[in-house]
Amino acid sequence: MRTLYHFNGGVHPPSHKAESTSMPIAQAGLPSRLIVPLHQHAGNTAKPTVKVGDRVLKGQLFGMPEGSVSSAVHAPTSGTVSAIDMQIVAHPSGLPDLCVTLIPDGLDEWSPRNHTNYLTTPPEELRMMLRLSGLVGLGGAVFPSDLKLRPGKHKIKTLVLNGAECEPYITCDDMLMRERADEIILGTEMMRFMLDADEVLIGIEDNKPEAIAAMQKAVVSHSFNAMEVISVPTIYPGGGAKQLIRVLTGIEVAAGVRSVDLGVQCFNVATAYSAHRAIEHGEPLISRIVTVTGNVSHPQNFEVLIGTPVHELIALAGAKSDTNGHIMGGPMMGVALPSDQVAVTKATNCIIESSLKLFPSPLPELPCIRCTRCVEVCPAELQPQDLYWFAKAKNFGKAQEFNLFDCIECGACSYICPSNIPLVQYYRFAKSEIWANERGKESSNLARERHEFHLARIERDKREKAEKLAQKEKLARAAKAAAGNAETDPIESLRAQVREIAHPEAEHSKE
Amino acid sequence: MLTALIVMSVLAVLLGSVLGFSSIKFRVEGNPLIDKIDAILPQTQCGQCSYPGCKPYATAIAAGEANINRCPPGGEEGIQKLAELLNLDFVPFGDDTAALKPKSVAIIDENTCIGCTLCIQACPVDAISGAAKQMHTIIEAECTGCELCVPPCPVDCIMMVPIQENISTWKSPYPSVSKSMANSTMIVTNVQI
Repeated sequence: MRTLYHFNGGVHPPSHKAESTSMPIAQAGLPSRLIVPLHQHAGNTAKPTVKVGDRVLKGQLFGMPEGSVSSAVHAPTSGTVSAIDMQIVAHPSGLPDLCVTLIPDGLDEWSPRNHTNYLTTPPEELRMMLRLSGLVGLGGAVFPSDLKLRPGKHKIKTLVLNGAECEPYITCDDMLMRERADEIILGTEMMRFMLDADEVLIGIEDNKPEAIAAMQKAVVSHSFNAMEVISVPTIYPGGGAKQLIRVLTGIEVAAGVRSVDLGVQCFNVATAYSAHRAIEHGEPLISRIVTVTGNVSHPQNFEVLIGTPVHELIALAGAKSDTNGHIMGGPMMGVALPSDQVAVTKATNCIIESSLKLFPSPLPELPCIRCTRCVEVCPAELQPQDLYWFAKAKNFGKAQEFNLFDCIECGACSYICPSNIPLVQYYRFAKSEIWANERGKESSNLARERHEFHLARIERDKREKAEKLAQKEKLARAAKAAAGNAETDPIESLRAQVREIAHPEAEHSKE
Repeated sequence: MLTALIVMSVLAVLLGSVLGFSSIKFRVEGNPLIDKIDAILPQTQCGQCSYPGCKPYATAIAAGEANINRCPPGGEEGIQKLAELLNLDFVPFGDDTAALKPKSVAIIDENTCIGCTLCIQACPVDAISGAAKQMHTIIEAECTGCELCVPPCPVDCIMMVPIQENISTWKSPYPSVSKSMANSTMIVTNVQI
């Protein structure tokens, strides 16, 4: 039996997972149209590679990765591109972003797919393949996976596979592990091979016995000796990367340190599954498992094409009339969608239909009474009450000093707060203000630099002009002088020469 | 007596040479206060402060010749920061300063542009690209929104367009009371500090 460790705090919200695990994963099928955002990952927006009116095949590239931190985007099915424009996307701002709209032709015709044997392919090539297949972390951070599989300065000792899925309501990883454990394990082994890790620890919370059994069976059947499925205690946010690493290995990832520097890398189970589909079957990331739950008649998990409009997905689970909102993600960390017309993206793990019965409107915010219950539950070991105070007073420098950026926005503090203070909202507000300030600083530094160069350039031009003018004048004077000499009396110059020859000393002494 | 004199004079010479050496070796170029003020100014280089750029204004502030409320692009936040740095009291904008505007960029109507290069010469940050009798265009990412290119244009083809918020520049709002709680008497969220 492995010794498990603890992280600070954590809470036990009601899990609400049973509702959506009674039925197997269903195929959501083809929607009437697909709206595929070109920016679904951390980093730069993918550069569109299709035009309006193009007929595309399933899996064809929609957008090329741009810059080092970026990922590709693909056509989820075959059809015709009807628009490439700004559409409202699944983002709390409700602002539009660049999307490709595809009208499916119903044929679902694949573009050519190639199987790759990862054992005989150089890792560099594998990483490029993953980048071009649009693989990003499906646990929620959507960070390009190829970058996480790059060998760093430190040897990776442990690969942690995250199947904890600690957030209430969400069951997409649970169902994936129950039904497709084999492929997850094969994908994990591929990642282990690429990282050359010594061991793989698969952490699953103990409220998912079926998933644990399925994963254990898969590990045994493939006889991967370096892999171990570990049941971890159910506590929110036990599925946070830092928290799971702490529980499984005892390693505490300090502020400003990345886990890879300590020899640990962490991936979500769904990412491992999709990595396997990409390398083994040549299928880019064009679909994912999404839990549809909350105020619907039959909550369930669906395999959904990226770009499927949320309202069409909800209809499959039976929308109810008293729904008052749509949450993407879980109730703790999720965001309210601006509308149900937005599309499912790579980051969409769950759609919760909210109603007043499920989520009564929040109680009024009361003054902070400094009970420090938030400190007790904070998994990042911060001082949430101080951060709240600084964020509220817009004292951002002080908030940063108190390590605001170590906050993982898990919401445990807001959950436990007896004064109903929406603490995480204050932290999000402070973080985005700080980012905006930094952007402003960068652009003003650029402007200063360019202005200084501008002044220097004008100065240089002036100097060069003056020099040229001086040169010209000098030449003109020289020419004039030469012409003047030529014009002097020839007899006089002859006399001078004669004088020179006759009395050289006299001439010299005169000089 | 003599020993004391010798010791003291040797010490004086030694310390003097150390000070002299370090004043040459560790000499600070420029006035650090000007740079500190300049770092707060928004670097639009627009001249609305009546100085020909941010640095000259910073120099004037440092010399005590200019007031700190002459920079509209910096906003009241800028005045606040300058007041903090210089240990002065906050002064609101005077009536003679230009109105506050949202941050904008210049856009050239490329169909109307005649390629006269006047705007290129006016731009303080070289953010306009083009050549004589060729169409000009603005490098938006480098435009500070100073509006200095607008008056010289003989065909009025430059517009100032406010920068729209997009997903990457969106800021999470200050937590506010939701509609359902609007009637509550116990609201404390909207009490701004």
